[in-house]
Amino acid sequence: MADFLLELRCEEIPARMQKGARAELQKLFKREMDGAGVTTGDLTIWSTPRRLALIARGLPTATEAVRDEAKGPPVAAPDQAVDGFCRKNGVSRDQLEVREVKGRETYFAVIEKPGQAVADLLAAAIPSIIRDFSWPKSMRWGETSVSSESVKWVRPMSGIIALLDGEVVECVTEDLTSGRVTKGHRFHSEGEIEIASADDYVAKLRDAFVIVDQQERATIIRDGARDAAKAAGLTVVEDEGLVVENAGLTEWPVPLLGRFEDDFLDVPPETIQLTARVNQKYFVCEGPDGKLANAFICTANIAADDPAVVVDGNRKVLAARLADARFFWELDQKKTLAEHAKGLERITFHEKLGTVADKVERVAKLARWLCEQRIVAGDPDLAEQAARLCKADLVTEMVGEFPELQGLMGGYYAAKEGLPAEVSDAIRDHYKPVGQGDDVPIAPVTVAVSLADKLDTLAAFFAIDEKPTGSKDPFALRRASIGVLRLLEENSLRLKMHLLFERQFNDLLDHFQQSEETIIRRDVVDELDEVGALNPSKSTSFDVAEIRHEVEAPIDTGYVFELLDFFADRLKVQQREAGVRHDLIDAVFALGGEDDLVRLLARVKALQAFIETDNGTNLHAGYKRAANILKKEKWEAPDNLDGKSVSYSPETSEKALVEALNDAAPTAAKAVEEERFEDAMAALATLRAPIDAFFEDVTVNDDDPAKREARLNLLARFTNAVGNVADFSRIEG
Amino acid sequence: MTVDLPERDPTRSFQDMILTLHDFWAANGCVILQPYDMRMGAGTFHTATTLRALGPEPWNAAFVQPCRRPTDGRYGENPNRLQHYYQYQVILKPSPSDIQELYLKSLAAIGIDPLKHDIRFVEDDWESPTLGAWGLGWEVWCDGMEVTQFTYFQQMGGFDCKPVAGELTYGLERLAMYIQGVDSVYDLSFNQHGVSYGDVFLENEKQMSKWNFEVADTDALFDLFTKAETECRNALNNDVPIAAYEQAVEASHIFNLLQARGVISVQERASYMGRVRDLARGSCEKYAELKAPEWAEKYPEWSLI
Repeated sequence: MADFLLELRCEEIPARMQKGARAELQKLFKREMDGAGVTTGDLTIWSTPRRLALIARGLPTATEAVRDEAKGPPVAAPDQAVDGFCRKNGVSRDQLEVREVKGRETYFAVIEKPGQAVADLLAAAIPSIIRDFSWPKSMRWGETSVSSESVKWVRPMSGIIALLDGEVVECVTEDLTSGRVTKGHRFHSEGEIEIASADDYVAKLRDAFVIVDQQERATIIRDGARDAAKAAGLTVVEDEGLVVENAGLTEWPVPLLGRFEDDFLDVPPETIQLTARVNQKYFVCEGPDGKLANAFICTANIAADDPAVVVDGNRKVLAARLADARFFWELDQKKTLAEHAKGLERITFHEKLGTVADKVERVAKLARWLCEQRIVAGDPDLAEQAARLCKADLVTEMVGEFPELQGLMGGYYAAKEGLPAEVSDAIRDHYKPVGQGDDVPIAPVTVAVSLADKLDTLAAFFAIDEKPTGSKDPFALRRASIGVLRLLEENSLRLKMHLLFERQFNDLLDHFQQSEETIIRRDVVDELDEVGALNPSKSTSFDVAEIRHEVEAPIDTGYVFELLDFFADRLKVQQREAGVRHDLIDAVFALGGEDDLVRLLARVKALQAFIETDNGTNLHAGYKRAANILKKEKWEAPDNLDGKSVSYSPETSEKALVEALNDAAPTAAKAVEEERFEDAMAALATLRAPIDAFFEDVTVNDDDPAKREARLNLLARFTNAVGNVADFSRIEG
Repeated sequence: MTVDLPERDPTRSFQDMILTLHDFWAANGCVILQPYDMRMGAGTFHTATTLRALGPEPWNAAFVQPCRRPTDGRYGENPNRLQHYYQYQVILKPSPSDIQELYLKSLAAIGIDPLKHDIRFVEDDWESPTLGAWGLGWEVWCDGMEVTQFTYFQQMGGFDCKPVAGELTYGLERLAMYIQGVDSVYDLSFNQHGVSYGDVFLENEKQMSKWNFEVADTDALFDLFTKAETECRNALNNDVPIAAYEQAVEASHIFNLLQARGVISVQERASYMGRVRDLARGSCEKYAELKAPEWAEKYPEWSLI
């Protein structure tokens, strides 16, 4: 057994790429060794800004000889076939063996692969690993780069160590030859360091001020920052991302605490934290009162002669940045948000959709409408006011400098201006929910603005046919739709989505009819117009199924339907993640006419609870059986099946099913109407025993045509009653 | 006759810092050039960088380039922001294997001790759509302050750099402020005889900020832009791409002035940038195509594409 050390040294690797690079090195090393038939045991992979290292312990020193046999053509086969077989296996004809297979003389090729020295295999593997290594961005360098084909790496490579049990594994890349020397810390170590084997690598580097294990560096930074804050009577604001980033920027991390001037604390703490974090990679601290303190922690990469000098340099840089932030903060407040909002007329939202000011106008109308319709319980005036101001901070200096602060700064400026808290909160939070873990707004005015903003974005981009495709979603429409779904669900908002999208579509249309350029898909407009979808006076009810039916058009089923389908897909994805079965969602969607998300989900959840019970499973089986019989018999039941009397005396089980249906069908229908879906399921459950007994005791295809007709009609009645609650044919299992 | 020149003191004099960098890079094989005699936004626009990054021939040069950024003007009132400042530009082609060590030595030469100050190479890639160029590299930090842009050019004018050139761009005023320990650029000692940076440039900043933002005749500027564009095409049509490139540089600066005057709308901005890009890329392409046969003859293993 042997231990292998590989070190690939290069100029500073971006911190954000190091984790991926470790995984890539592991993957490629395994690929090479597996391909060569070498079993790899434990692999240790490390990275610093200037090196990737791998230690593989317990490698064999040689692979075992392998004997492969290949069965060829029969001896009687034509020469061509035999020659082809020989070529394929790299043997000559006289090396073939002849054996009997099922009474036929057959050729066999026996291929002996001798064992190979693992050192040789490694020597061949290393250049392949380097050549195939995938970096997010890579580059060429130096003299060899006179060719476009020269080797690529994240930054110029500077050295390779390859040692198998202390012996150099010799390999060559374009400009480097493997060896046993490396370099230590850029400033604390001079000259070359000779490594004996995998065993002294870590210690030798540590002596040269390099901590090769990124986890150890992260621990030093995490603990060091905590201790430094504690010593100053403060608490560090924990930030694991920053810990990892600093560990990727240093080989010898030394956290140092510095102070900045108190005055800067006047600006919102988020701006201080952001500028410290993003621009400078500093941690910030909180005082005993939980408020941001005037302290930062930077992570130096040297044990400085005088740490105070390093701290003071960093303090100056931070002070300059905070001075900028304060300048922006004060400058921005010289105008009201309403004045800032005028600047949105100069910002293009999308070349086909006009300016951000145009968008704001639509959002403001929609937010007001949502409140006026009592879909959201907010004050219409406040919702409109908040919507009109919600994007104003995009033209402030602060958000220009820190785009991440959009919304938040608007909220601060609104509060400073003395606008109502509902308005400033809505401005602050209207982008939410952003990610999966993000809070969903519940304050009504915020909900109205947040919903209106997202719905408008969706309607607008679908109207110009900019839908997400595959992995491409440049306008983050999937995220917007998930945001809408979460807002609706968590606030239990009752909303006919197609109505709303049609409304938004009209609004967009108005805008573009005023401007010369009508870019919204005319074909869709015309079609929807024909069926009255765009003109409320022409249509009395908006039933999606009905519109869908009428617009069963040859080309385009229209923008609203595309959007509703898109929502249905997002809903399925979202609910699947939450453990809801997608076939059950389909079963409810298939009923048609349902785009009220809250009601839909209530129905799906009741259905899922029911279908997982014994009664549910069996009823589903009964439904399938009934539906199959009807299909097989191509049975078309008359329209009104209820209360039809029969001319013969029905069998007991038949009668029982009739009676059960007489009871359950209206009960279930009423329950559905009143949105008591559990009760609807309970009504269906009463059908389980009768349908089971019916199939047990009664022959449907009776010789007597009257009996056959009555029984098929009975089954049709049964499937109708069940199908009224959900389309059971969509349910899997 | 022997002349005793006084010792240079890069830690107390802006000009000594520049002269020390000249000494250092001259000693390392660079030709020391003087600034390009045109208004430009960055040292990268100097033909010694852009055009020389094309082709297979080795090229090592160092120079100071005054940079004009009209929108950064602050009427001399901001201690860090200037509409005119200096970059120190080094271009080494092909990029030598010890380029980082050379750079660090140059810092040591002007008085930055890496055991006293925390020097770091932090990822920062560079892209100039205008020049059809991009590269990978870092911003170099000194105690958290960005003091240099360090780039390995990968493409220029849309062509792969073969070989790759290493480009160093020192922000001279920032470095000097750091080394001299002053908080305002105007407080820098320009020389060892009591002349400050403010003595040299403060009035210039005031007047030029006013001209950039308030005075410059925008009709004339629009006219100049069009003329530069036309002349660039004229030069290209007559196979003098260096002259064409100068007109592209001119158009780029006129565009920056129009920006500062606030007369280019957001919508128009992209279109103007596209026009400048076409000129600059067209000039680089023409230059490369014109020189390619000569280069290919001298370097048989080399090809333009």
